[in-house]
Amino acid sequence: MRDSLPWLAPLFFLGLFFFYPLAHILWIGLAPAALKDLAPAAFSLVGRTLLFTFYQAALSTLLTLALGLPAAFLFARYDFHGKGWLRALTAIPFMLPTVVVAAGFSAFLGPRGWLNLGLMDLFRLQVPPIVFVGTFGAILLAHVFYNTTIVIRLVGNALAHLDPHLEQAARSLGADDRRVLDRVTLPLLRPSILAASLLVFIFDFTSFGVILLLGGPAFSTLEVEIYKQAVQFFNLPLAGLLSLIQLLCTLAFSVIYSRVVIGTTVTTLPRSADSNLHKVRRPGEKVFAGAMIVLLLVTFLLPLVSLPVRSLTHLEADRGQRGAVQYGLTTDYYAELFVNRNDSVFYVPPFRAVGNSLGYAAATVLLSLLLGFPAASALARPGRLDRLIDPVLMLPLGASAVTLGLGFIVSFNRPPLALVASPALVPLAHTLIALPFVIRSLQPALASIPDRLRQAAASLGASPRRVWQTVDWPIVARATLSAAVFAFTISLGEFGATSLVVRPEYPTLPIAIARFLSQPGGMNYGQAMAMATILMLVCGVGIAVIERLRLPGAGEF
Amino acid sequence: MLEISELYKSYEHQPLLKGISFSVGPGETVCLLGASGSGKSTLLRIVAGLETPEAGRLCWDGEDLAPVPAYRRGFGLVFQDYALFPHLNVFENVAFGLKMQNLPSGTIKLRVTNALEQVNLSGFEGRDVTDLSGGEQQRVALARALAPRPRLLMFDEPLGALDRNLRERLIDELRRILHTSRIPAIYVTHDQEEAFSLADRVLLLHEGQIVRDGTPAEVWREPGSAWAANFLETGNIFEGVLRPDGVVESPWGALRLPCRHPHKPGDRVSLLLRPAGARVLSAEKADGRKAEDEANSLVGRVADVVFRQDRFKVTLTNGLYFYLAEAPQPGAEIHLEIPPSAIQCLA
Repeated sequence: MRDSLPWLAPLFFLGLFFFYPLAHILWIGLAPAALKDLAPAAFSLVGRTLLFTFYQAALSTLLTLALGLPAAFLFARYDFHGKGWLRALTAIPFMLPTVVVAAGFSAFLGPRGWLNLGLMDLFRLQVPPIVFVGTFGAILLAHVFYNTTIVIRLVGNALAHLDPHLEQAARSLGADDRRVLDRVTLPLLRPSILAASLLVFIFDFTSFGVILLLGGPAFSTLEVEIYKQAVQFFNLPLAGLLSLIQLLCTLAFSVIYSRVVIGTTVTTLPRSADSNLHKVRRPGEKVFAGAMIVLLLVTFLLPLVSLPVRSLTHLEADRGQRGAVQYGLTTDYYAELFVNRNDSVFYVPPFRAVGNSLGYAAATVLLSLLLGFPAASALARPGRLDRLIDPVLMLPLGASAVTLGLGFIVSFNRPPLALVASPALVPLAHTLIALPFVIRSLQPALASIPDRLRQAAASLGASPRRVWQTVDWPIVARATLSAAVFAFTISLGEFGATSLVVRPEYPTLPIAIARFLSQPGGMNYGQAMAMATILMLVCGVGIAVIERLRLPGAGEF
Repeated sequence: MLEISELYKSYEHQPLLKGISFSVGPGETVCLLGASGSGKSTLLRIVAGLETPEAGRLCWDGEDLAPVPAYRRGFGLVFQDYALFPHLNVFENVAFGLKMQNLPSGTIKLRVTNALEQVNLSGFEGRDVTDLSGGEQQRVALARALAPRPRLLMFDEPLGALDRNLRERLIDELRRILHTSRIPAIYVTHDQEEAFSLADRVLLLHEGQIVRDGTPAEVWREPGSAWAANFLETGNIFEGVLRPDGVVESPWGALRLPCRHPHKPGDRVSLLLRPAGARVLSAEKADGRKAEDEANSLVGRVADVVFRQDRFKVTLTNGLYFYLAEAPQPGAEIHLEIPPSAIQCLA
């Protein structure tokens, strides 16, 4: 039983900060007394919210497929200049914090975005001509922006590894292009398309920041409604009930997804992805490839570039619509972050939020590594308990962030764990979210060291300490760094859980950005842009580091 | 019949096929034999219509095939990796080409049954193709190519992934099927045993050109070039200088050429010395023979002896090898008498 010792710390942590709050929500949401108190209107709200959540997720998934499938085809079949670069571009949004994405779209198409302000100035308009933020379209577009990379990766991979002889055989048997696609290519891709759709659907279903920040007050998914009921109306029983529904849905989707993923492994042969590649030659191919490249560039580059550009340009008056309009490049928005103004949102220099975020992130890194290391090294050694404990450790992945936050505020609001009043809840929540990623980064590296290597080193005269130094550490160090950066980036960008548990006097970067975005005035908006740009850059560096450190062949999703 | 003339194709700016011309007559099986990378598969894909040549003409019964897309050519194709559709079962795989012709389902059923019968897989209709052995998968692939009654069958190293015994069995089956169905076929391989046992005609492909075209027996008997003789492992290949008396002075001794040859005295001549037919002489007998005629007798030290079923492959220290009925002792010096028929001139 000595083997089970490393489990104790992570399991205790999960028990206290995941299962206990979840049980609490369950109790609140299902308590007969609480249910009786809910007005009939509440049930119709639940029904409407659930319906809208499904509807927007389904529609977003369809649109994501509409862009992702041709893009997957483009990347899997054609070889062209800048392909790696374009592919990386489509992958960036998936790893960016939601507030950055929301700020990016706002900078591009929002009422204070450069496009609207430019058009207003050009045509002397009084109101922004493009209404984007606060529309259903904004939600859909942001979801497409976020999740297209999933389709590109999953379906593109399957397509690239498809045996080209299958299509050639079909052709030699009399199938024209359309029938090759219908009868051979698409049926073979079906499992990967299904897996990608489900994954995209799950992400859209649990989407929070995008709906809240880009959809505006008119749109409410389960996730947003939990937040509203808990934070704005203090209706905890209703929030609990919504959380429960949310949990059941994500659980059901996860089960279906894992079934589908098991199904994907049989159809394709492992073969070099390059054998399917060829240059764009025929006129039809040129039109397709050109149109796709332009579409992908517009969709993915513009929102990302708009944000830093907008944070460095004056396009309107700083305070109030009637002030003197200033144009041109500026660093004012960044300088303003260091100034404490009476009329500012926080009564402290906004730059404090950067410090808070870094502090939370450091605590998250430390805590998740401390818990992740024993868990990952135990998982790396084959044992009987793995099959049971591995899914338990991954469970927080399935629970939505807002539900985790809600669990925290209903569970830790009285002694002995009166943590709600302390800033400690934020890194605890972040650790819970980061832990599965940390374990998944460490485990393959730890498992990749065969005992034979250690035995070989020992037989060559290395002492146990030297074995660890020369064999284990060089392999583990990369994974540890990668896990640390993962935890760091997740903590920096986390919005859903944080928005429930954060103390107003210690805001994180995403919280501060969201508040600035909701405030009137050009200077507030500019500061949101500046902070979102900083967050984007830091996360971008983190993503690049993780990509560099990725073990070859380590899986995706 | 298929006629191919002056076909050119390059791959990544390197010429791969440099003016290929040949034809495949009715019911004829033509084997394209060449080393890997010689462009055999590319040639096959061009004929199938899956790739386009840079220059040259492909005709079927006088009709130019250039404007005909792959799916209208009616040329069946069998791959080394079988390329069975993993999402379809055996029946559906074999029926694929028939469905493409929009045949009624009764006809399809009948013809699938027949095709499976032809390849000895009756009753396999409902099986999953991923559950089949390699040999069974290749049979299904063959049935799938046969079922639509193609005008031409093409095989791209179809047996390369199978073990030796199975390969020999399948070659026999394939020969029977090709002969009874009378479907003309192009069979691409790097294995001369496969080519020689299947082909009505063998084409040797080397550096993008066809260097030899003939029946298996003709090609074996007269490989033509030193490259072909070497590729087919027909025997020892070396050079010598022709003397006025019709004897070639080689590093391994004097060898008398067979009567007909186009060379003049003083020419450098490429020789093929077949390993079979050499006679081992005792030392005294060899001396006596040498006094009579110094040509066609060799002396060498045995380096290696390898058992080859009905004979021994004996390699000498000078690199020459011979097939002998009796195994000499390694290290022993042996005297050999070479029959004139074992010596050939190469181009």
